[in-house]
Amino acid sequence: MLNRLFLSGAFFGALFFVSLAVPSERRAQAQTPPPDAAQIQIAYVNAAQERPLPISRLNIVPGDAGLRGAELAVSDNNTTGRFTKQHFTLKQYELPKAGDAGPLIERILQDGIGLILVSANAETLLALSNAAQGKPVLLFNLDAEENSLRQEDCRANIVHITPSQAMLTDALTQFLVLKQWTRWFLVTGANQTDKTYSEAIRKSAQKFGAQIVEEKLYAHTDAAARTDSGHAQVQKQMASFTQISADYDIIVVADESEIFGPYMAYRSWSPRPVAGTSGAAAMSWHPAHEQWGATQMQNRFFELAGRVMQPLDFHGWLAARAIGEAATRSASGDFAAIRDYLLGPDFGVAAFKGQKVSFRPWNQQMRQPIAIATTEMPISWSPQPGFLHQRAEVDTLGIDEPESKCELR
Amino acid sequence: MQLPTMHTILLAGLIGLAPVGAAQGYEAYISNEKDNTVSVIDLDTLEVVRTYPVGQRPRGITMTKDGKYVLLCASDDDTVQVIDAKTDKIVKTLPSGPDPELFVLHPSGNPLYIANEDDNLVTVVDIENDKVLAEIPVGVEPEGMGISPDGSVMVNTSETTNMAHFVDTKSNQIVANVLVDSRPRFAEFTSDGSQLWVTSEIGGTVAVIDPSKHEIIKKIGFEVPGVQPEALQPVGVRVTRDGQYAFVALGPANRVAVINAKTLEVEQYLLVGQRVWQLAFTPDEKYLISTNGNSNDVSIIDVASQEVIKSIQVGRLPWGVTVSPN
Repeated sequence: MLNRLFLSGAFFGALFFVSLAVPSERRAQAQTPPPDAAQIQIAYVNAAQERPLPISRLNIVPGDAGLRGAELAVSDNNTTGRFTKQHFTLKQYELPKAGDAGPLIERILQDGIGLILVSANAETLLALSNAAQGKPVLLFNLDAEENSLRQEDCRANIVHITPSQAMLTDALTQFLVLKQWTRWFLVTGANQTDKTYSEAIRKSAQKFGAQIVEEKLYAHTDAAARTDSGHAQVQKQMASFTQISADYDIIVVADESEIFGPYMAYRSWSPRPVAGTSGAAAMSWHPAHEQWGATQMQNRFFELAGRVMQPLDFHGWLAARAIGEAATRSASGDFAAIRDYLLGPDFGVAAFKGQKVSFRPWNQQMRQPIAIATTEMPISWSPQPGFLHQRAEVDTLGIDEPESKCELR
Repeated sequence: MQLPTMHTILLAGLIGLAPVGAAQGYEAYISNEKDNTVSVIDLDTLEVVRTYPVGQRPRGITMTKDGKYVLLCASDDDTVQVIDAKTDKIVKTLPSGPDPELFVLHPSGNPLYIANEDDNLVTVVDIENDKVLAEIPVGVEPEGMGISPDGSVMVNTSETTNMAHFVDTKSNQIVANVLVDSRPRFAEFTSDGSQLWVTSEIGGTVAVIDPSKHEIIKKIGFEVPGVQPEALQPVGVRVTRDGQYAFVALGPANRVAVINAKTLEVEQYLLVGQRVWQLAFTPDEKYLISTNGNSNDVSIIDVASQEVIKSIQVGRLPWGVTVSPN
C-alpha cells in the first residue's frame, strides 16, 4: 500500500500544529540516560527504491517515511529506559541503488549492531539476508509485502513487520464478504506488482467465498498524472472502460503503481463502490486512526515529524518498539537475549490495534489486525466478526500454519 | 445531594425497583464519551433522571469528597471541568495539562492527580486555588491513577512503558517502578492499603502488588469458554471495603470477573453490556455499576448476590462512572 500514502495531513496539519502542546524540551530532559544504562543500538537501513509518481500528490511517500517512526519508538523506549536503565540509539545507513549489501552488513556489524530495520524491496532484503547468514543479525522487514518472502523465500534472520500481501487482501475480502458485496468486477493493471496483487486477491476471494464475475486488464503501464483539462478525457475513458454486461457489486482494482486506480471511483459506468489498491483499501495503519489509544501515538508522531503518520512510519515504530519491549522484558541489552525473547512464546507488544501483536513462529510474520480505509479515514478493522479460527482470529489473515511452505534457516 | 422525594420513595416501594434499605438517595454520574454529556442515574429508582452537556470527549469522572462537585476530564478540551452536582452547571475548569483521561483525588480531598496521556506527565492540581502544584515525569502514556488510603503514595500506570510508578506524595518523586503486563489501564488500592491491583488491558491480566515491597504477589489471568483470549481485556477494577471480593471489567469480553480477593482466584463471570469499561460501587457497596461503551448502557450489579439486576440506557459510549458519597 505504499503508493497509497497520504500527505494531506502535512498541509492542513501545519494549521493546528501550534495548538498542540510541544513539551519536547521537557521530554528531552526526561530522556537523559542513567549513567550506568545498558546501551542498545539499532540500525536503520534505507535502500533506495524507485517509486512511481502517484496520480494524486497526496499519495507521495515522504523521503523519511519509516525512519521517523523508528525515531519515535526509540524516544518511547528511552522514556521507559530511565526506569529500566537501558538506553536506545538509532543509527542510519543508506544503501544506494547499485550498493552492495555485503560491505554494508560488515560495516553495521563493525559498529556493534545486530538489530537492523530495513526499508527495502524484496530483492535487496534478500541480498542483505544472504550477506548476514551465520552472523549475529536480525533484519526487520518494514516494506516488502511479497508473500514469497513468507513462503519459499523465508529466512530465519528476517522478521516481517509489514503485513504480507495475503494479510491485506484477506482483510479486505473478509470486509467485503461481511458486507455481502461478493460479486466483483476485477480490474488489473499491466505491471508485475499488479499481477501479484491480483493473484493474492483472487486467492482471498476463493478462501472467503467472493466471486469474480468479470475481469479486465488495464493495459497502460504508465500515465502522466498531470495534464491540463485531462479530467474530461479521464471521465469518458473510465465510464466506457467499466461498461460491462455482467452485474456486479463492487469494482476491485489491482493497481499497485497507481496508474488508473484512483480514477475509478465516481467515474464508473454503474454507480458502484471501489475497493482494492484504491477506494476501500487494506493497510496496517492510517493517519486518521484514533482507536485504542492511537490518538496519543498520532500526536506524538506529529510533534516529532511535523507530518502525519504513514504505514511505513508505523512499521518503523513497531519494529523499534518491539525491540524495546523485548529488552525490557528480558531485562537485557544483549543481542541474543533480545532476539530470543522477540521470537519466543512470551513476546507480545501493544500497538494501538486493540490486541497485542506477536510473531507467527512458522514464518516470523507479525500477526496484527488490519485497517480497511478510504483516504479519509478507517472504515473497519479485520479480522471481521464471524471469521473464526481455532487459535486466534487474527490468524485468519494471511498465510496460516497448515499452508506454510516456509522452512526457516 | 438530592433527597428522595416522598413520591420517589413511594413509587420505588410500589413497583419494587428498589428493595427496602436501598433508598439512600445516591446518584451515579456517567460520562458519555461520544455524546459529550453526563447522564445522572437515581440509584433508588434506577432510572436516568437528568442528562446535561459537558466538554468534549468526557472520560475520567469523580466527585469531591463533600459530594458537592463532579470532576470530569474533558479530554479533547484539555481541561478538567468542575460541575455543581446540584445545578448541573460547570462552575470552573482546572488547569489539567493536555488530554486528561483519568485522575485521582487525595483522600483529604485535595490535591487532584491527573494523568496526561500525551505528555508523559502526571499533573498535581490544587482544586481550591486552581493551581498546578507539580508535574511529575512518568512513563509513556500515563493512564491509571491510584492513591493509598493514607494518601502517602500515588500510583500511576503508563500504557506503553507498562509500569506502575509509585510516587511519594510529599516529594512528588518516583520511589519505585513495577513492570506489569501490556497496557496497564487502572490502579486501585485495597481499603487497608495492603494491596494494589493493576489491570493490563492488552496483557489480559491483573497484577496484585504488595505496595510496601513493590513486588507482584500474583498475576491473575482470565478464561471464558467461547471467548477468544485476546478479547479478555481487563480495564476497571474495584475491591470491596472488607477486602473480600474484587470486580474486574473485561472490556470486549462483555463480562465482569468476580475474584475472591483473599485467595486471588476468579470465582465467576457476570455477563454485562458490550465493551465494559469502568466500575463504581455505591458508598454502601450494595450496588456496583459498570459502564458498557458499545451497548450504550450501564449494568447494575447487586454486590451481595453477585447478580446483574438491571441495564439502564444512557448516552453513547458510556466511559466513566462515579457515585455521590451521600
